[in-house]
Amino acid sequence: MGRIVLENVTKSFGSTEVIPPLNLTIEDGEFAVFVGPSGCGKSTLLRVIAGLEDATSGKVLIDDEDVTEISPSKRGLAMVFQTYALYPHMSVRKNIAFPMRMAGMSEEEQEKRITAAANSLNLTDYLDRKPGQLSGGQRQRVAIGRAIVRDPSAFLFDEPLSNLDAALRVGMRLEITEMHERMKTTMIYVTHDQVEAMTMANKIVVLQAGVIEQVGSPLELYHRPRNKFVAGFIGSPKMNLIEGALAEEHAAHTIGIRPEHLSVSDKEGLWQGTVGVAEHLGSDTFIHIHGIEGCDPMTMRAAGDVSFKHGDRVYLTPDATQIHKFDAQGLRIE
Amino acid sequence: MAIVAQSSKYGDIGRAILAWAVGLLFFFPIFWLVLTSFKTDADAVKPEFLFFFTPTLENYLNMTENYDYWRFATNSVITSVFATVFALAVGIPCAYAMAFKPTRATKDVLMWMLSTKMLPAAAVLYPMTFLTKSLGLFDTHFMVIVVLMLINLPIVIWMLFTYFKEIPKEIIEAGQMDGVNTWGEIREILIPLAWGGIASTALLCFIFCWNEAYWTVRLTTTEAATLSKLIEGNRAPEGLFFGRLSAVSAAAVGPIIVLGWFCQKQLVQGLTFGAVK
Repeated sequence: MGRIVLENVTKSFGSTEVIPPLNLTIEDGEFAVFVGPSGCGKSTLLRVIAGLEDATSGKVLIDDEDVTEISPSKRGLAMVFQTYALYPHMSVRKNIAFPMRMAGMSEEEQEKRITAAANSLNLTDYLDRKPGQLSGGQRQRVAIGRAIVRDPSAFLFDEPLSNLDAALRVGMRLEITEMHERMKTTMIYVTHDQVEAMTMANKIVVLQAGVIEQVGSPLELYHRPRNKFVAGFIGSPKMNLIEGALAEEHAAHTIGIRPEHLSVSDKEGLWQGTVGVAEHLGSDTFIHIHGIEGCDPMTMRAAGDVSFKHGDRVYLTPDATQIHKFDAQGLRIE
Repeated sequence: MAIVAQSSKYGDIGRAILAWAVGLLFFFPIFWLVLTSFKTDADAVKPEFLFFFTPTLENYLNMTENYDYWRFATNSVITSVFATVFALAVGIPCAYAMAFKPTRATKDVLMWMLSTKMLPAAAVLYPMTFLTKSLGLFDTHFMVIVVLMLINLPIVIWMLFTYFKEIPKEIIEAGQMDGVNTWGEIREILIPLAWGGIASTALLCFIFCWNEAYWTVRLTTTEAATLSKLIEGNRAPEGLFFGRLSAVSAAAVGPIIVLGWFCQKQLVQGLTFGAVK
């Protein structure tokens, strides 16, 4: 079991309030991702849940038990750090065994769990090596192995893939998601990468300046962002946010249209502009267009084989059913 | 290119000569001490016997037979070893707390500790002597160990603090998440990771204890007297006997020089602590 509830949790460092009163429930078995720009308080929030930072006020409940005053070691959570935080003086085997040894588990049981974890994480050949002799990806696997063997009520991941190169990141992302599918244990994952959030989460928590902007499933956030910040943050490339005359036509302060909801033509269309850069990804082409009032540049996603180039005059037409409208405060207008 | 290479070659030679000169300058007193210890007291003061003399072991034999060298040496070992062990036992938890659980007062506490080293020892001579005598601790091993530990504690804590600061905080936090208590963190993670730093600190502390003279001379007479006291005691009533004094001094500094020689690497690391992150 691993239901985590935050009740009016706040966190201040000195006189700086990093997290104003915050309420959040993460249900047992959920994969929750905290996402937001750097400095938004997402890691601090995770550390408050872990117990590595004390909440300034409010309560942290795990399975209805108040753990606010309980030390990290007694909360039954496991954490994977961005910097791996392996014990450099111990072999991989000893690293993985460490939490079990601390819990006084029998040698047999330890060995059984090490073998199982090493098998599932492809670490069998590296058990006798020291962390210094491993690659970044292998080190992060060891860190995950060390977390798994404890059989925790929830896993906490603090930007675990940030130190890995792009290809490894995609691989590890899949592995962690699959691990969650298999184990069905609660996971809380902190990242600044919205692609990770979209691909991994059941529940995304978007944070800005310590405040929850929106909580929901990835597609909910994608299709119905509650405000301009979430609209701009979720989705890659970003949603085009247009202000001024074009927005006023829709009786809004700002309108938003995603790159894939625009169609392009060299003959006719609603909005006229000039191609700045066309990025060919093979499967898609992202075209960045200048000269459209209220949004410069505007980005659109076209098929992989379109052949627009710098300086071409083009016309864009938005899919009217996919336009998001926001008021002057940035809140969504239904 | 050629000019650059040449000037740097001359520069290297210049630096090497300078290094040797400074090294010899520092080594000379020790060399002189050892040399004099093999002269008779008469030869020791004669300028014409600077280098050419008949070496004798008389001073060393005299020292072990008449002055009970081994008792003083044993006391030096006992007091230095225990003072170092106790300083580490107190210093490691202190430095751990300040490095990994700092508060707003941590820096002030560190400065305050260091400031105790600025107090001239003479300023507390009378209170200390009075205290030790009235507590019945004068000339006891216990008192010497406590005093040696206390005077070295600030430097021990500072050094350990600097080493501990270099350990990533996440590793300690990982330990907390993995279910260890504070003592477990220190025993299982901190000490093994900072082993080099702790060894350097211990070594320096041991050397400082061994060489300490101000308090060991003043707070002991016979029972707990260390080698410093033995040297001081050879400022004999009959006058200065340089040969004998040199032998005693050489025998006092000898063990520490040998120890330092074998642990050069740790010592250099210890003395330049904080210089290289």
